Amino acid sequence: MARAVTTNRKLINTLIAWAIGLLIFFPILWTILTSFKTEAQAISDPPVFLFFDWTLENYSIVQERSNYMRFLWNSIIIAGGSTVLGLIVAVPAAWSMAFVPSKRTKDILLWMLSTKMLPAVGVLYPIYLIFIELGILDTRAGLVIVLMLINLPIIVWMLYTYFKEIPGEILEAARMDGASLKDEILYVLTPMAVPGIASTLLLNFILAWNEAFWTLNLTAAKAAPLTAFIASYSSPEGLFYAKLSAASTMAIAPILVLGWFSQKQLVRGLTFGAVK
Amino acid sequence: MATQQSRSAARLMMAPAVILLLGWMLVPLIMTLWFSFRVYLPMRGGDQGWAGLDNYIRFVSSSSFWPSIQVTLIIVGGVLAITIVFGIMLALLLDQPMWGQGIVRILVIAPFFVMPTVSALVWKNIFMDPVNGLFAHLWKFFGATPVEWLSQASLQSIIMIVSWQWLPFATLILLTAVQSLDGEQMEAAEMDGAPVHKRFWFLTLPHLGRAITIVVLIQTIFLLSIFAEIFVTTGGAFGTRTLTYLIFQRVLESQNVGLGSAGGVYAIILANIVAIFLMRIVGKNLDK
Repeated sequence: MARAVTTNRKLINTLIAWAIGLLIFFPILWTILTSFKTEAQAISDPPVFLFFDWTLENYSIVQERSNYMRFLWNSIIIAGGSTVLGLIVAVPAAWSMAFVPSKRTKDILLWMLSTKMLPAVGVLYPIYLIFIELGILDTRAGLVIVLMLINLPIIVWMLYTYFKEIPGEILEAARMDGASLKDEILYVLTPMAVPGIASTLLLNFILAWNEAFWTLNLTAAKAAPLTAFIASYSSPEGLFYAKLSAASTMAIAPILVLGWFSQKQLVRGLTFGAVK
Repeated sequence: MATQQSRSAARLMMAPAVILLLGWMLVPLIMTLWFSFRVYLPMRGGDQGWAGLDNYIRFVSSSSFWPSIQVTLIIVGGVLAITIVFGIMLALLLDQPMWGQGIVRILVIAPFFVMPTVSALVWKNIFMDPVNGLFAHLWKFFGATPVEWLSQASLQSIIMIVSWQWLPFATLILLTAVQSLDGEQMEAAEMDGAPVHKRFWFLTLPHLGRAITIVVLIQTIFLLSIFAEIFVTTGGAFGTRTLTYLIFQRVLESQNVGLGSAGGVYAIILANIVAIFLMRIVGKNLDK
């Protein structure tokens, strides 16, 4: 009896959850489907769901007309570059805060976090001026630097929470055995820290990829990444639904896949370790 | 314990991150403060001397200031209410036993990974377009007149788009909290005959309190500065000009840097009020 009830309830749970899940996912699904339609089918009334003439035409048109690859390449360089650069700066900092804590460690961590709260628009013009002055407006290097700086607090925090979980006794044991600081880092810490560093890398790549304030305001033709490429699709091109969908699908597909791998780290990364 | 040597090594390792962030924070901040006291019009003569508190007074007394504060609060409040209420419901649902839980989770989380310009454009054109949008087809199917979403119900539409993006975040964090709920306590309450709504009100909700606070604070900080969603959909028209957008227009569109900088200082103060509360919670957690 009890078991039958559970199975029944499980069935109902499953149905409701799937219905809601599909509803939330629907806009993405619809965009992907529309990208394979012809323009006429994309706006047909009533809308066609699955039974249309599937075509890849939109993808080739988008690529030809707007040189999608260049924007994609910019996105990869900007998101990847800022993440790697951020890690190079953050790993030593997080390492020292986790393993050689001092009285001020907590204050430094909180202060770093507070720089993340600075509203971007409040410092837009100064950054704009500095960029012109340094000649890095509309360059990938400029965006790499800015995105590295805005994500640095999150990178330090994530790494710190991961490093904190590495038991200190192991380090002490290594020290007793006469390991130098270099050995300690290379052979003891690194293997244990790799998973944490990998998750941090993944999440920050996603955040940098989707960043849409600085990328829109500091780029024009040369360094524009996918966020700006899509923004250029507002009317009149936006009314060509199939092409808009193809461009959108290409912009979000890589990150959707990466995102699914990083869903567990998302909570930790975005709550600064306050929820694990 | 750490030796003197490792102490100084630690300080050296921290230095690049600290110096970079210090520079990133101080240099633009000081410049913004400086500009906010100047008459600075880059296209019309550049820096023309001191303005005293003029920019601050003019920014607040302009007719678009209070509406922009109101719009900001409506968007932030609306999105928070929707994402928290539905987030709790979704988290409780996803915590139940079911088939294909992992896949449902992925479906629910997906919107968070869609870049803001994509989601704004897709919603604006493919769903909310009054002629060819999917909603228009749906409305016509039921014999209703299609709504011109982004002009007639602009604020609601933007709240909906942004809520769709942030619901996954709230759900994910609340789900993490729900999963750490004490099962035995719940069972005991169930055996004692506590009805579902009482169990929710007296056990689940207090347990979720901390997670809800964190969601509110973090989302507020991000929502106060949403930009792309408005830039792409309405461009600040139809009563959707938030404080962030107003400052952006003052600085880059009308090129009044002094005035915009004063606005920026207001935005920084506003964000800091929220930030202080968040820092307290995060700070407390560090001591554990």
